[in-house]
Amino acid sequence: MTEFATISPKRMAMRRFLSHKAAVGSCVLLSIMVLAVILAPISARYGVNESVRKPPNTFLPPQKLAWFGTDDIGRDLYSRLIYGIRVSLIIGLFTAVISTVIGCVVGAVAGFRGGRFDDIVMRVTDLFLAFPFLVALLVIRNTLGSIGWLIAIIGDKSSVRFIVFLLSFFGWMGVARIVRGQVLALKEREFIEAARAVGATRRYIVRRHLLPNSIGPIMVALSFAVVGAITAESTLAFFGYGPQAGDGATSLGILVGAAKGAVQTGYWWIAVFPCFALVLISLAINFIGDALRDATDPRLDRGE
Amino acid sequence: MSELVLSIRALRVTFDTPLGPLEAVRGVDLDVHAGEMMGVVGESGSGKSVTFLAAMGLLPHQAKVSGSVMLNGQEMLGASNKVLRNMRGGLMSMIFQDPLSALNPVHRVGDQIVEMLKAHQQKMSDKDAAKRAVELLDIVGIPQASERAHQYPHEFSGGMRQRVVIAIAIANNPKVLIADEPTTALDVTVQAQILEVIERVQKSFGTAVVLITHDLGVIARVADRVNVMYAGCNVEKGGVESLFDHPSHPYTRGLLASLPHEGVERLTPIIGFPPNMLMPPPGCGFAPRCSHVTDACLASLPSLRTFSDLETACIRAEELVVKAGLS
Amino acid sequence: MLRFTIRRLAWAVPTLLLVTFLVYVALRLGTDPLQSYLRTNPRASKEKIEQYKSVNGLSSNYVLGYFHWLKNFVTFNWPRSIKGSREVWPELKDAMANTIRLGTFATVVGVSIGLLVGMFAALKPGSRRDVAVNTGAFLGVSIPPYITAVLFQLVFAVYWSRWFGKTLFPTSGVYPPGHIGFDLVLMLKHMALPMMVVAIQVIATYSRYMRSSLLDVLNSDFMRTARSKGISERQILLKHGVRNALIPVVTIAALDIGSIIGGLIISENIFAYPGMGLYFLDSFTNGDFPLLMPWMVLVVASTLMFNLIADVSYAFLDPRIRLD
Repeated sequence: MTEFATISPKRMAMRRFLSHKAAVGSCVLLSIMVLAVILAPISARYGVNESVRKPPNTFLPPQKLAWFGTDDIGRDLYSRLIYGIRVSLIIGLFTAVISTVIGCVVGAVAGFRGGRFDDIVMRVTDLFLAFPFLVALLVIRNTLGSIGWLIAIIGDKSSVRFIVFLLSFFGWMGVARIVRGQVLALKEREFIEAARAVGATRRYIVRRHLLPNSIGPIMVALSFAVVGAITAESTLAFFGYGPQAGDGATSLGILVGAAKGAVQTGYWWIAVFPCFALVLISLAINFIGDALRDATDPRLDRGE
Repeated sequence: MSELVLSIRALRVTFDTPLGPLEAVRGVDLDVHAGEMMGVVGESGSGKSVTFLAAMGLLPHQAKVSGSVMLNGQEMLGASNKVLRNMRGGLMSMIFQDPLSALNPVHRVGDQIVEMLKAHQQKMSDKDAAKRAVELLDIVGIPQASERAHQYPHEFSGGMRQRVVIAIAIANNPKVLIADEPTTALDVTVQAQILEVIERVQKSFGTAVVLITHDLGVIARVADRVNVMYAGCNVEKGGVESLFDHPSHPYTRGLLASLPHEGVERLTPIIGFPPNMLMPPPGCGFAPRCSHVTDACLASLPSLRTFSDLETACIRAEELVVKAGLS
Repeated sequence: MLRFTIRRLAWAVPTLLLVTFLVYVALRLGTDPLQSYLRTNPRASKEKIEQYKSVNGLSSNYVLGYFHWLKNFVTFNWPRSIKGSREVWPELKDAMANTIRLGTFATVVGVSIGLLVGMFAALKPGSRRDVAVNTGAFLGVSIPPYITAVLFQLVFAVYWSRWFGKTLFPTSGVYPPGHIGFDLVLMLKHMALPMMVVAIQVIATYSRYMRSSLLDVLNSDFMRTARSKGISERQILLKHGVRNALIPVVTIAALDIGSIIGGLIISENIFAYPGMGLYFLDSFTNGDFPLLMPWMVLVVASTLMFNLIADVSYAFLDPRIRLD
């Protein structure tokens, strides 16, 4: 009796993912970063608002005392970077998760039911996504930040919670469109017809058949949502609209924002290290997202 | 026998896959004579489509092809691009299984025929080409051909689309038309119509047709000669009546026996599955599923030999005839 | 085709009204126009305040206020800026011209190069040049534009002159300060840096789109049919491959162009380029409602118009969509 070499789709996807060396490297890198960030009081050498030593301590170039140099009031950039990355990662992760949950629900319903609801969702997301992003972001930020009862729940404009809320407000749309597309593609497949023929309710079909088969695109959407959120947060901070948690707390965006001024003055470390960290994180997550997309969306003749 | 238009010898096709080399075609010999309807039967994975894709040079670059393909006396394998382009659509053309994906969705149907015409008859004017396109649509039985020539593929039904595909394929009066499962994606009633179109075209233009299918009923209806393929090899060849009357290879017998016919209450399938072509069995490809298998069968890959009015690859053909008492 | 366009157009007008209404609400809520006015003109007389409120539609509730504002807007009775009572249109016009110039240039150059590069890569997937293109595009997309902008500024403003003694590309403004009149070379020199920053993003994005789209098309069945017709490779590539691959790309491009008008904020801010982006940032920080509303209307109109163009061009290029 001849045997077929069988391999489950999950294992196949795993194998394909692992063959993307850049993605694997990125996973390793991010794990290290996350670890360093979680163990912040240990991995950072100084407090987030702590001076390296007594003055003179401002704008010291990288040295043994402060690995990445110090900033305008003598704080260690390396430690601040760790705390800053922590804040940004938290924002990115929470935003992405919330966006994905909302996006999945809306997208699945829109794709599956079609009709009026789908039309409206498509038109609204179409417009929002076509509108210049930063403008919309800034305007909505101010608008949401002026609604009294909303602030009471999620904090005011400079809080981390608010930023997560704001970014999720935009974030779910991209995910919804991806999920909707996937549901539309799957809806016509025979196994859905079979489920319907057996009498499965719509909710059951969505839960047991459509969503599990969309895990691939959803994971991809999630990873890109994380990058999107981190980038958006840093852009906001660049213009001074980022999170301003008290006690000198910082975010990656704020640190990168300081780079603007450092350009002229020649204190290169203020610009280089935060920017480098941001780019590294972006690249890493993008690599992973790309590899996820390749791993879960089999197109065998890509020649890659 | 009329002249030979297509002659395939010792064709081997191996694909370079991430899981290793896959031998899709393992030494196929085949002759097509002018004006005849040759049926090629086999299940999915038998190599029947790949054989002719290789003959037309339409396989992707991961495919390694060796052997000989002589069309009109000229060698096609390894020929220059110019020769190949001349051949495709001019001397030999192909129609595919799914007419919707085979046609470019954004070009009008008439334009797609004109493109075929002008590729091989450069002297033809645009006006004449357009006229000829409408005529061809008419020949394949599309009503209101002159209006429908301006429509797009998605505006046609499945059967109509396949007729369009046929019209494109015969535009330059090729010597050989390869029809790769032309009716598989269509309804049964439409199947009959498409077969009728192909037959009609064959008779009026004198084209040799290679009809690739897994449907024995189709073969029985229209084919003159039959080629049975399994696991990348020819296992039996012969005239259609002889083959259906006294098949010599256990696989062919199994195929015929599994058809529903009068008086039969339960269907008898062939037990087992086709082999994995990444690790093909050393001997006869069918041996693992054959109820008459011997050690000699597993030893080496048998080749075709003459056996009464057929050609067979079964080394036990004579014995089995005696055993079963088949006429 | 025509019916399709007309139907889409018919939807555009009510959508425009609805969106501008939402914008009006958002701005009135978010930028507190009255407070901003009072802050900038602390000694304004009561009548002036009332006049300001009235002409900007801020006197009554949101719905009525909106229609009030709308009436003034369409009759070109535009209120003036809260700072120094400047007229809106001249500034807006200049800003628009600057941004359109910069944006169109960068987008045209970026998209053309991006498409060609994407095609180049898709034709030999997995090859070295494909890998190079992929990596480059990846970097371009992953690095946020303001980092590239700051980097360029660093190199060209600070270090170039240090190394080479003179400035190659100026890093701010449309013309050197105090320059009057039209000078093509100077204008191009000043546009060069922001243009490059934008173009890099565009090239990276479109090369990926084109590559992906073209690869999909090249693996389609109709490509095999095209090849089986014996037509030339170039014809196969252009008439079948590229023609079909362009469909989704063109649609996205139309949408991108629509967002140029308000989308260059970052580059304009970093290079002090007085376009629509800088105009927005300045008025937004000041809470200058009279300056902001016309800007918003322009941007919304542009977005809607190019959304429409994107829809129509998609239907034009892909006849299957016209079934609507």
